[in-house]
Amino acid sequence: MLLRHTPEGIAEREALTIQPAKTCQPIGAMYAALGIHRCLPHSHGSQGCCAYHRSALTRHYKEPVMAGTSSFTEGSAVFGGQGNLLDAIQNIFSIYDPDVIAVHTTCLSETIGDDVNQIMVKAREEKKIPEGRFVIKASTPSYVGSHVIGFSNMVKGIVEGFAAPGGARGGFVNVIPGFVEPSDMAEIKRIARLMGVTALVFPDTSGVLDTPQTGSYEMYPAGGAPVSALLGMGGGASTIALGPIASGPGARLLDTRCKVPCEILPLPIGIRATDALVNALRARGGNVPDELAFERGQAVDIITDMQQYFFGKKAALIGDPDHLVSLTGFLTDLGMLVRHVITGTPGKKFVTRIKEAAQTDDVNVREMSDYFYLHQLVKSEPVDLLFGNSYAKYMSRDEDIPLVRMGFPIYDRIGHQYFPIVGYRGAMRLLERMLDAILSRQDRDAPEERFELVM
Amino acid sequence: MSATVRISDVPVLAQRAPQVALAGSGAAPSCGTKSVAGSVSQRACVFCGSRVVLYPVADALHLVHGPIGCAAYTWDIRGALSSGPQLHRTSFCTDLSEREIIYGGEKKLYAALCALIDRERPAAAFVYATCIAGIIGDDIGGVCKRVAREKGIPVVPVQSEGFRGTKKDGYRAACDALFSLIEPPPRERPPLSVNILGDFNIAGETWEVKRYFERMGLSVVATMTGDGRIADIRRAASARLNIVQCSGSMMHLARRLEESAGMPYMRASFFGIEDTARALYDAADFFGDAAVHGAARELVKSEVAAVTPELSRIRARCRGKRGAVYVGGAFKAMSLVRALRSLGITTAVAGTQTGNADDYAALRGLCDPDTVIVDDSNPRELSSLLLARGVDLFIGGVKERPIAYKLGIGFCDHNHERKLGLAGFAGMARFAREVESTVASPVFRFVPRNAAPASGAPLGSGT
Repeated sequence: MLLRHTPEGIAEREALTIQPAKTCQPIGAMYAALGIHRCLPHSHGSQGCCAYHRSALTRHYKEPVMAGTSSFTEGSAVFGGQGNLLDAIQNIFSIYDPDVIAVHTTCLSETIGDDVNQIMVKAREEKKIPEGRFVIKASTPSYVGSHVIGFSNMVKGIVEGFAAPGGARGGFVNVIPGFVEPSDMAEIKRIARLMGVTALVFPDTSGVLDTPQTGSYEMYPAGGAPVSALLGMGGGASTIALGPIASGPGARLLDTRCKVPCEILPLPIGIRATDALVNALRARGGNVPDELAFERGQAVDIITDMQQYFFGKKAALIGDPDHLVSLTGFLTDLGMLVRHVITGTPGKKFVTRIKEAAQTDDVNVREMSDYFYLHQLVKSEPVDLLFGNSYAKYMSRDEDIPLVRMGFPIYDRIGHQYFPIVGYRGAMRLLERMLDAILSRQDRDAPEERFELVM
Repeated sequence: MSATVRISDVPVLAQRAPQVALAGSGAAPSCGTKSVAGSVSQRACVFCGSRVVLYPVADALHLVHGPIGCAAYTWDIRGALSSGPQLHRTSFCTDLSEREIIYGGEKKLYAALCALIDRERPAAAFVYATCIAGIIGDDIGGVCKRVAREKGIPVVPVQSEGFRGTKKDGYRAACDALFSLIEPPPRERPPLSVNILGDFNIAGETWEVKRYFERMGLSVVATMTGDGRIADIRRAASARLNIVQCSGSMMHLARRLEESAGMPYMRASFFGIEDTARALYDAADFFGDAAVHGAARELVKSEVAAVTPELSRIRARCRGKRGAVYVGGAFKAMSLVRALRSLGITTAVAGTQTGNADDYAALRGLCDPDTVIVDDSNPRELSSLLLARGVDLFIGGVKERPIAYKLGIGFCDHNHERKLGLAGFAGMARFAREVESTVASPVFRFVPRNAAPASGAPLGSGT
C-alpha cells in the first residue's frame, strides 16, 4: 500500500498539495516551443528548471529534448537576469544556430522582475539576433496556473511573435491543436488533409518528439511548424482552437491582432467532439471523404458491438481540463457513469463544463486539486475504471482499479507518441484500451466456471 | 556557423575547447566553471542536489516549499528503496501561489507542516527551500524552529535555493541538514562500527554493501541516506569510521564529522570487483582486527568465485568493444572505467557534469592516452564524440539515454533510473549482464549504419 497515507474520510486542506495533478507552467511552454521547426526553447531561470523539464519530457517521449538555460546565479537573482539572457541569445544563435529562440520565464525571473520584452528589444538593438531569426517569449511564472497554462501562454507567444496583420486572406485555416501528443497533432493534420482543407497546425510536435531511429542525432528534427508558414498565420481564413484552456487564448489573440475569426471547440476526443471538428472543417470548405466516414462508422460499430461492457460502469478521471471535458462527454455517450473528475489546473469554469459534459450535477468535480483528494473520493465511492497519467498507477494498485493511461506525463508505457486518442481512429484506440482494461479485469476475477472464451 | 577546433580527430566548439582534452595530452580539461548562459547543459540545480541526497530518508517528511514544479519533478523518480516506511515517496508541496509571492509563504508553510506532522507522525521533517522561497525572503529557519518546538520532532530547513550554485552546493546543503540532526558522540564508541555515507540504496545497493560489513563483523550504525532512518542518523557519531561512497555528495558531511567529532573517514567505491574488494580490505585495515581481516578475505574469495564464471563468459563476448561514460561525478566515472576494462571494454570518452581538478587528474591517469575527457558536455558534443570514436556502449543518465539510442548505440543507465543494483560483487555481475544485454542486443543491427545482410535482405528470403 504505497498510498497508505491517504485517510479514509475527506480531510480538507488549505495549505498543502499532496501528489500533484499538475506541474508548472514552463514545461508546457517548452513543449509548445518544440512544436516550431528549428526552435530552441530557452528557460530564463536557474539551471535546474531546464534540467527538470528536459528530463520529464525525455521520460515521457523517450526522445532527446533540447533547451537552453540562462543559468542564473546568486548574482543574477539579486541584480536581474538581463545580462544572462543577452549572453544566452548571442551564444545560442552562434553555437546552436536555431531559427527561433522561444524564451519562457520561471518563478525566479518573474519575481525578480526581469522584463523580457525590454531585454528582447535590447538584444535586437545590440544586433544579437541575426537577420531572419526570431526570439519569441512567454511569461510563465510557476506559481500561477499549471503546465497547461504554460502551453497556452507560449501559443500566445507564438502568435505575438509571428502574426502580422494585413495582406490577403489565404485559403488556409489555422488550427491550434491543444496540449496533445505528437500523434494527436499528426492525426488532426491527417483529418484536415483527408477533408481537403489546408491547415496550418501550430504548435506541431509531430516529427519532433516521435522521430525514427536513423543512427544520427539531429538537434532540430524535420518536424514542427516552419517559421515561413507561421509568419503567414495572420492571413488565415479562420482559426480553429481545440481546447478552450490550452488553445483558446492564442486563437483569440490572433483574432484581436489580425482579425482572423476563431472558433473554439472541445478537444476532438470521442465521437461527438470529433464530429464537431469535422463539421467545423466542412464549414470551411472541407468534404467528408468515404475514408473518414468509414472510420467514424467503425468507431460507432465498436461501441454498439461492445456497449454492454461500458453501460453503467463507473469512472474516475484525473488530468488536464480540455482532455477531461471531452473524455467525460465520450464516456457519458457510452453509457458510463463519470463519478469523479479532478484537475490540478485552476479554472472555475471547469466544474460547470464537466457537469454539462456528464449531463448531470451528480458528479464530484474539482479544479486546483490533486491525486490525494481523488484517492479519498475513490475510497468513499469506488469506481470500475480510472483514467490518468502514470501517477495514477499508485491508486490503481492500491485500490485495485484498472487504469487507462492518458495525459501528461506517461513515464511507464509507450504508445502515446505514436497512436492518437483524437479523431475517430483515436476514439477506436481509446475504446480498445478501455475494453482491454475492463475485460482483462473480468477475466482475472471470474470464477473458473464463469471464465469465458467468447466476450 | 560557429567556430570549431579539433581535439585529436574530433571537432569541438571553440568555446568548449578548454573543457575537452585527451587523457594523454598535457592539459586537464578546465572545470568548476559555470555553464555558459544559453548552453544546453546537462547540469541541474542546488535544490536537485539536496533533494537527491536527503530523499531516501524514508521515515522523514519531505516538504518542498515552493512552486509545484519542484515537487512534481522530484516525486518518486529515484528507485531509492526503503525496507519499511514509504513516506519519502509521497509528494508534499506548499504549492506557492501569487498571493504568497506577494505576502510571503511562512503562514502557509507553518500550516502545512503542522497538518502533515499531526497526520503522518514522521520522525523528522525536511523543508526544502526553492528559488522562490529564497527570493521572497521567507524565514524558513524560523518556521522550522517554531514547529520543532511545538511538535517535538526535528524540523530541518534545507538551504537549497536553486540559484545558489550547482548541484554540488545542494549536496553540501543536504550534508549540513543531516549534520544538524546528529547528536554528539558518546564517551565510549562500540569498537567495530561504521557508517555508510553516500549510498542511496538504488535497487537495494545499500543492503548489499551493509551485508558485506556485517559479514566482516562490523556493525553498521547509520546508512546515509540509503534506506535511512532518522534515529540511526541521530546516533551516527557513535560509529568508529565513516565509509564514504560516491565522490561528491557526502564528503562534506564526512569532513564535518571529522572536525566536530573526530571521526575518521575513508573513501570507497562499491562498484566493480576491484573497487569493492579494496573498499572492504581498507575498512579491515582501519580496524586492524585479525578476525575482521580474515572475514573480509573469506568474503571476497567466495563472492568473487561466485561471479567469476559469469564475468568470464560476458568478457569473452564484450572484448574489444568501445565504451563511453558521462556521469555526475568523477569518482563514479573512474569506477566505471575500471569495471568496463575488466569486461574487456576500453573507454573512448569519459566525462562528468561536476568533476573538479583533482578528479580529472585521477581520471586522466586511469584512462588510455587517447580517451577524450570532457567536463559539462552537451548533447551535440556528446553525440559527435560518440560517433567519431565509434563507441558501442554509452553509460549515462536520463538525458543521455535517448541520445545513445538515436545514434544506435547500446546504453546502460548508471544514474538513479537504473533498475538493477550495481554495487558489490553480485552487482558487478548484474552490471556485466546489463552491458551484455545492450552490447549483444540484435536490435542494433537495424541501425542504418550497421545494416547487416540479415536486416537488409527481405524477410523470408532465407539469407
